[in-house]
Amino acid sequence: MNFLFALLAGIGFGMGLTISGMVDPQKVLGFLDVAGDWDASLAFVMGGALMVFIPGFQIVKKQLTSPLFEKSFFLPSANSIDKPLVIGAVLFGIGWGLSGICPGPAIANISGMEDKVFGFILAMLIGMIVARRINAK
Amino acid sequence: MTQFFEPLAGGVILGLSALLLLIASGRIAGISGILGNLLTIQPGNGWRWMFVLGLILGPIILSTTGFSLPAIEGSWAMMIAGGLLVGFGSAYGSGCTSGHGICGIGRLSPRSITSVMVFMITAAITVFIVRHVMGVA
Repeated sequence: MNFLFALLAGIGFGMGLTISGMVDPQKVLGFLDVAGDWDASLAFVMGGALMVFIPGFQIVKKQLTSPLFEKSFFLPSANSIDKPLVIGAVLFGIGWGLSGICPGPAIANISGMEDKVFGFILAMLIGMIVARRINAK
Repeated sequence: MTQFFEPLAGGVILGLSALLLLIASGRIAGISGILGNLLTIQPGNGWRWMFVLGLILGPIILSTTGFSLPAIEGSWAMMIAGGLLVGFGSAYGSGCTSGHGICGIGRLSPRSITSVMVFMITAAITVFIVRHVMGVA
């Protein structure tokens, strides 16, 4: 059941990214270009997602002591705003601003069979491996 | 109006999908975390493969209703540099637009709120420099 719901959530995510326009790097760059011909519409993506997830999370937290198909929730336990968090966010933002692509849309774009998407994904995975090596030290 | 409807609808679907994964499996729908864990062969990765499979299938299913994936216009240099930074930054900073942006802010996590503010600002500055200082379209 876990696998089935992970598949369904993934399909939903892929559809949400496509319908919202997040899969289009040019649209994302237009959203980030606040000094140019600013396209504010993508702000509604996070708005729509949070409109559902913020109240949903509070309800889940109050009503469920465990998820339906696991013994317990797997929630991040880190609390402090540390250097890796900020440095990581700075670099992630630069990469997102250069390409207009973040990890979800990169994967959602696979069936478009664009060479550049595969190049981006390969570079992204290399970046992740390097960061995980540093984190492991 | 329609310009904002699709981002909002897509966002709501993203929020519902993240909530579905949380309720069923107790997991956070953070794409960079899911991909990072798949780089290591380890038990318990099954649900992550299913989620990634769904992420690829979502846009394919939608293509029957007229939605299509975009052509990628950015240069190879932008894709490779962007990919490396997105991968490194998201792994080093424990999350990306989905994990911090939707699930983290959705849990009102101070770490995620910080991360999103930082990467939004550096992404906007990057786009400003690329488009308006260097003059690359």
